Amino acid sequence: MANVSASAPAATPAERTFLSRLISGFTGRLLILVPYAWLLFFFLIPFVIVFKISLSQSAISMPPYAPAIDFSEGISGLWAALRELSLDNYLWLTEDPLYFNAYISSVVIAGISTLLTLLVGYPIAYGMARAPASLRPTLLMLVILPFWTSFLIRVYAWIGILKPEGLLNQFLMGIGVISTPLVIMNTYTAIFIGIVYSYLPFMVLPLYSSLEKMDNSLIEAAQDLGCPPISAFWKITFPLSLPGVIAGCLLVFIPAVGEFVIPDLLGGSQTLMIGRTLWNEFFANRDWPVASAVAIILLLVLVIPIVLFQHAQARAQEQDR
Amino acid sequence: MNATWSRFNIVSIVLGFAFLYLPIVLLVVFSFNASRLVTVWGGFSTQWYAALFRNQGLMDAAWVTIRVALVSASAATVLGTMAALVLTRYTRFRGRVLFTGMVFAPLVMPEVITGLSLLLLFVAVGLDRGFLTVTLAHITFSMCFVAVVVQSRLISFDRSLEEAAMDLGAPPVKTFFQITLPVIAPAIISGWMLAFTLSLDDLVIASFASGPGATTLPMKIYSQVRLGVTPEINAACTILIGIVSLGVIAAAIVNKRREVQRRRDEQAAMRLD
Repeated sequence: MANVSASAPAATPAERTFLSRLISGFTGRLLILVPYAWLLFFFLIPFVIVFKISLSQSAISMPPYAPAIDFSEGISGLWAALRELSLDNYLWLTEDPLYFNAYISSVVIAGISTLLTLLVGYPIAYGMARAPASLRPTLLMLVILPFWTSFLIRVYAWIGILKPEGLLNQFLMGIGVISTPLVIMNTYTAIFIGIVYSYLPFMVLPLYSSLEKMDNSLIEAAQDLGCPPISAFWKITFPLSLPGVIAGCLLVFIPAVGEFVIPDLLGGSQTLMIGRTLWNEFFANRDWPVASAVAIILLLVLVIPIVLFQHAQARAQEQDR
Repeated sequence: MNATWSRFNIVSIVLGFAFLYLPIVLLVVFSFNASRLVTVWGGFSTQWYAALFRNQGLMDAAWVTIRVALVSASAATVLGTMAALVLTRYTRFRGRVLFTGMVFAPLVMPEVITGLSLLLLFVAVGLDRGFLTVTLAHITFSMCFVAVVVQSRLISFDRSLEEAAMDLGAPPVKTFFQITLPVIAPAIISGWMLAFTLSLDDLVIASFASGPGATTLPMKIYSQVRLGVTPEINAACTILIGIVSLGVIAAAIVNKRREVQRRRDEQAAMRLD
């Protein structure tokens, strides 16, 4: 007895590791559990609900869909509710060409915008990667800074520039390039400009990080061996920057497909994009089931690019380790 | 990569930055326009700022937005840092693939989908839409951004420091708070700032998740922008831009100072050797 109490104040090394393992096991589990549970509840489960409601009928009630699952009736109530579910909303989406056209036009607009963003962003990223090392952090911050200013504000700023009596037309007519104002506002061109502008940092940053890592001696070697600069670019620089190109393109393309603010503010009522269709279905028509069906199909359209994005992220993470 | 910085490189950077900054600069300039016409210069004036502060609806919305941003950024920073630790430290556990997916997918998920799905969740569990629901929605998407920012710092973190502390008998939790946390603090701070601005900016998700009583500033600005461009909105935007730029620049200076201090400490330590 006396022995035990004497050794009690200082835990033996074995005890300590056991104790710390217990604590780290418990805190470790808690560390995993808390964000995991949060994302399950607020990110994954909502999709299940969206899917369920996309199979429901719209109704004039609150919430505006039927059947709402009534948990008080237990299993039989759930079963009755399940039998009411139908694919009607999806059939409706195939019957009205508006939806099909909106999906196609969103993918096309996002694709063209992504290419344009790549064309604009590549020279910037390339120039940054070649800048003197002391200047690079500043340049990097200058690219990130607009990202910190509101998306809505940046889109709004373009309205004043692009509208018929706006600054661009004033400027071009002032220097005598054009005599009648260009119609850019409320066209697809305005959407392209808006997307390229808003998403440019998302393209430049991954491009820059892959270009910056590149070993310049490769290009020097190619040039020493008589390779002209342009073909050295296409044979060496571009292929090596491909991970950055892919990451940048996915970061622009995926959100651009579902973009709402840009087509709504710059595209006017004539342009068609699925993000706006979903918004109108929800807020103007108050048809929650159809809005849910639109969201589910949009998610299916984006599943492949999203999975590609995840893979690219995971691979980049492995390389950094 | 370091070679000749050619004229082509310089021109493309200058043009690129002009493209990025000119619209914002014009917006700021025209917020000081005396004319009601947003695109015609009518002399310098600060009348729109005065008008802005008299606009009670806009002020209320600004207050709601700031409260939502403060609460959601703080919660998102805690959750995001935890998620980042899980991503870098626990390479093997059941459901890791799903977890990684749930952290990265919100980064690219179109906002209309996130907004709709969260709204339907809130309706399904019978939560009244308002301050709480907007905050929960913002925590959910901004914690993923925090996770990515903190994770990138954790990857380059030298784990031997932690191991040394543990070998000297510090329990894991103490090691985390005394060693790990101070080192990744800059990333956590920039994660918090990112979450704060994301919340400040968000229109789409807030429109879905909020109810009557909790109109945020972007929602207010959006409803006014739809009616046309006004100098008052330019003034509101300029103030927002000013606050955010000051914050970002201050953070950059603090980071730079820390970096310089750290380097000085390292050099001093080398000399002692």
